[in-house]
Amino acid sequence: MAKKDAPPRWDRKMQQRLARGEAAALGELYDRFASLVHGLAHRVLGDERAADHITRDVFAHVWEHPETYDPKQGPLRSWVATLTHRLAVQRLRATETAALAQGGGSTEELERKVRRASVAARADYIVTSMPSPLRAALELAYFQRRDYRQTAADLGVTEDEARRRLRLGLQLLSTAHDAGAPGSPPGYGGAV
Amino acid sequence: MSGFEAFDAPREPGQPPRIPLPRSSVEDGDRPLPAPREPASAPLVLEHHVLKSLLGAWALAACSAEETAAVEDHLGGCGPCAEEALRLRDAVGLLHPPESLDLDPALRTRVLQRCLDRRPPRIPVPDWATPYDAETARLDALLQDIGDAEWHAPVRLRWFDGEGPTSRRTTVAGVIAHLLCVDGLVAVALGLDDPLGGSPADGPGPAFRTEALWRSAPSPPTRAVRRPWREQSHDLVRTVSFTGGSGSGRLAVSYGDFDLPLHDAMLDRAFECWVHAEDIADAVDYPYEPPAPRHLHRMIDLAARMLPVVLAGRRQEGLASPAPGRHLGVAGGPGRSLRLEIEGLGGGEWLIPLDSPAAEASPEHEIAHVALDGVEFCRLAAGHVPPEEAAAGQVGDREAIRDVLFAAASLSRM
Repeated sequence: MAKKDAPPRWDRKMQQRLARGEAAALGELYDRFASLVHGLAHRVLGDERAADHITRDVFAHVWEHPETYDPKQGPLRSWVATLTHRLAVQRLRATETAALAQGGGSTEELERKVRRASVAARADYIVTSMPSPLRAALELAYFQRRDYRQTAADLGVTEDEARRRLRLGLQLLSTAHDAGAPGSPPGYGGAV
Repeated sequence: MSGFEAFDAPREPGQPPRIPLPRSSVEDGDRPLPAPREPASAPLVLEHHVLKSLLGAWALAACSAEETAAVEDHLGGCGPCAEEALRLRDAVGLLHPPESLDLDPALRTRVLQRCLDRRPPRIPVPDWATPYDAETARLDALLQDIGDAEWHAPVRLRWFDGEGPTSRRTTVAGVIAHLLCVDGLVAVALGLDDPLGGSPADGPGPAFRTEALWRSAPSPPTRAVRRPWREQSHDLVRTVSFTGGSGSGRLAVSYGDFDLPLHDAMLDRAFECWVHAEDIADAVDYPYEPPAPRHLHRMIDLAARMLPVVLAGRRQEGLASPAPGRHLGVAGGPGRSLRLEIEGLGGGEWLIPLDSPAAEASPEHEIAHVALDGVEFCRLAAGHVPPEEAAAGQVGDREAIRDVLFAAASLSRM
């Protein structure tokens, strides 16, 4: 779903400006996506410094290879999220494998851990990217512990609609569990 | 179903009306309410599509006890619903409180620098525009973190009007509107759209423009002002990157009663952005750090370079002591000078010519020496510290020192 403030035109122009080597475009790219990138990396890696590193690597990659983004394949935002996810999971796997070599845990545990982190990061992305009416309903029902009738009243919608939003929001969120082809984690696509 | 029907329906507006509602309207009736979760009450009978629509609310534990019981009873006999229920319950486990959005502001500089080292830009942001780029990004990060209500927190803009401290009340959103329309002076000089648009100001300077924008707003400004401010600041950085290389850093930006070359105007706007970001941070009780030392240094340097002109202006208005005749500065010749020593990161030493902006500062004619911390000096130049109270180490001609400190405070404006 294309966001109002990020039309595909913005994505295409951004790519052209980056390709042209415009430093100001790099700053704008950072301002728009840094908290997304850092947040996802932090969810996967659970470490501030490691998330800083991933942030550095993601922007370096986009700046050095802007042509690897194809606007026809989807929004820049989901492409950046996918790239972040891949780099963060790679790093997690590398540090966990190193820990394994030191004699801690099993391969199955490692895989479980990587998978858990991966799903959690996709879930975060889905929540931030879902239509805001769905997010607002989940926010009220889950974080503020309102029942669906109170949620409906708070949002000024019918109780039917509140139930619909809660169910749809959770359905979207549950796609975070769906594993896709390697290298293209689901949940970052055009569905949300 | 319309909102009106929903309001009018007895208790279960999700119900098709022909289905009997066993006990849903009990709260509206005269009978006393039963004890909560009393098992004796008749079980709720709901249609399949209603039960299905309740699955999300059920997974979030956001239905009534009766509905919960009805859903759970149904799950025992309906495979597809049971499967979905499990999936949605699992999804609830994926909801986390949002991570703190507090990105280390220094990370931006580090990340961008590393990118630019690896692939040098063909169109760089000019050196003199990087403080503005960094300060607007820092302020924007602060704005991202504050809640709707905080946009209306009161802020007192303070400055020094030449003779004494003065102030004006506004809100956080009002401060951003102020930055938007004064940054607009640079936008206009570059041929970009004037954010003031159709609201004519009574005069050309920052204060007139700000009053015009505040006046023209239909209601007090809200957080909606963030976006035009941020878009304009991005546009300015972008535009000066294209025009800045070819000596157009000297293009004049008019502030009404004076002009600044573009590169100085961008430094001035960076300085103002920091000063007002601090005003906002104080108002909403957030911590806020001074700019990076090399940016702070440039801002101090601009103030030091502007001092002789301001001093001459104050002298003409009789606000500063007249220059003694025997040393009256000959244009280009050496004159009486004051050594301004700024301590701390971003500091340095500046020799300020006292007699005339055209005179050359000279160590041989140094008659006074003032030492101040860099951030303290900036607060003085912002009009936030009265010149009489500036914590400055002083040696030499007291009158010259007083004149320079007052001139520094007079750099401030709304």
